[in-house]
Amino acid sequence: MKDLFAVIMLAGMYGLLSASFFVTMDAVDVAFTEASVGAGISTLLMLTTISMTGRYENTTRHRPMLALVVVFVTGSLLIYGTLDMPYFGSAQAPIQLHVAPHYINNSMSEIGIPNIVTSALASYRGFDTFGEVVVIFTAGVAVWALLMVNVQRRKNTEIDDANNSTHEQHFIVRFVAKMLIPFILLFALYVQFHGDYGPGGGFQAGVIFAAAIILYSMVFGLNTARRVISQPIVQLLTAAGVLLYGSVGIVSLLSGGNFLDYNVLSADPIAGQHLGILLIELGVGCTVASVMILIYFNFSGRKNDRELEEHKETT
Amino acid sequence: MDAGNDWAAAFFGLYNYWIVVVLMMVGFYIVIAHGNLIKKIIGLTIFQTSVFIYYISMGNVDGGTAPILADNISQYSNPLPHVLILTAIVVGIATTALGLALAIRIKESYGTIEEEIIQGMDNPG
Repeated sequence: MKDLFAVIMLAGMYGLLSASFFVTMDAVDVAFTEASVGAGISTLLMLTTISMTGRYENTTRHRPMLALVVVFVTGSLLIYGTLDMPYFGSAQAPIQLHVAPHYINNSMSEIGIPNIVTSALASYRGFDTFGEVVVIFTAGVAVWALLMVNVQRRKNTEIDDANNSTHEQHFIVRFVAKMLIPFILLFALYVQFHGDYGPGGGFQAGVIFAAAIILYSMVFGLNTARRVISQPIVQLLTAAGVLLYGSVGIVSLLSGGNFLDYNVLSADPIAGQHLGILLIELGVGCTVASVMILIYFNFSGRKNDRELEEHKETT
Repeated sequence: MDAGNDWAAAFFGLYNYWIVVVLMMVGFYIVIAHGNLIKKIIGLTIFQTSVFIYYISMGNVDGGTAPILADNISQYSNPLPHVLILTAIVVGIATTALGLALAIRIKESYGTIEEEIIQGMDNPG
């Protein structure tokens, strides 16, 4: 297909479809994340990108036959390799026998929360998750550095005129968005704080929260959104989340435990675990939400800037 | 007769891996054969999702439920792949965004995101 718009829409549907795969395979937390990321944010970012880089692709291919041969050979080798794999759904597979039973049997007494995914994510492998939050933070900073737009450079009135002309006509869209946004935000907070007991947690909540803000800035214009949530504050929150996560680790270190060992945060180890998980999930949610908002602001800010420049050149 | 049953068992036992391999190869083909940078990024995300499906399908147990502890449930699916993939998805979108940002900058400085044209501009003649 030459039309990238159609390609991106199909990719979004694929994201939603793989989310339903994950539900049928019992991975509700993962499905949650994939639905909000694969079908929501990534589709949006790609659409914003093609609005700048052009909608149609060139049809020339690099030696498609050679590529096809390489792909076919690799695929056949991989399928040959699967013949030795344990069967799908088998409870005797090696993966189910070694470390997994420990978490399933002991996490309730050690951590005290029902959702094993959350207890493994936030407590058992808290250090890895910290690293992942830092990766997200770094990617956000890198996007910002690549696409940095000077917010103060443009006169706001100039952009407002452009915004008003495009957004005033869609009355129904604006009305529905206004009604939905509070509920989306509320749902994000529910997902954030209910992650101990049901599917959810900082990663999902952050993405959903960002989706609400992005919806707002799509419907009402980027500059209106920037007036509600100024970009410097978003940038600050990006770092604040990582710092909150890190400082929980430092506090437990100073209280005589290991880095990110929440047992020492409170007199009762289980209460300490609860407190630690709550705090680091808050840090994760904070960073993820603000990185997503920052990325979107930069993408669409870049687009506004370029449109204004073209507008100036023509007049 | 036995051989036939073996093949059927192998098919129903391994089809999840074969779906993963097919998806992975589709993504791989897009990455190597298409010159458009946006298409390459989409190919990479398909490749990535196939790895996610691989991990999650390995953690699945017949008759198991989602790993959220509750009374009167004894069989849970393996929670560990879920943890790995959950964070990988969010890291994946952050790096995809980085790739898209690079594509935008390439478009701005070269005027195109087609690989051949960019290479032609870098190595004239």
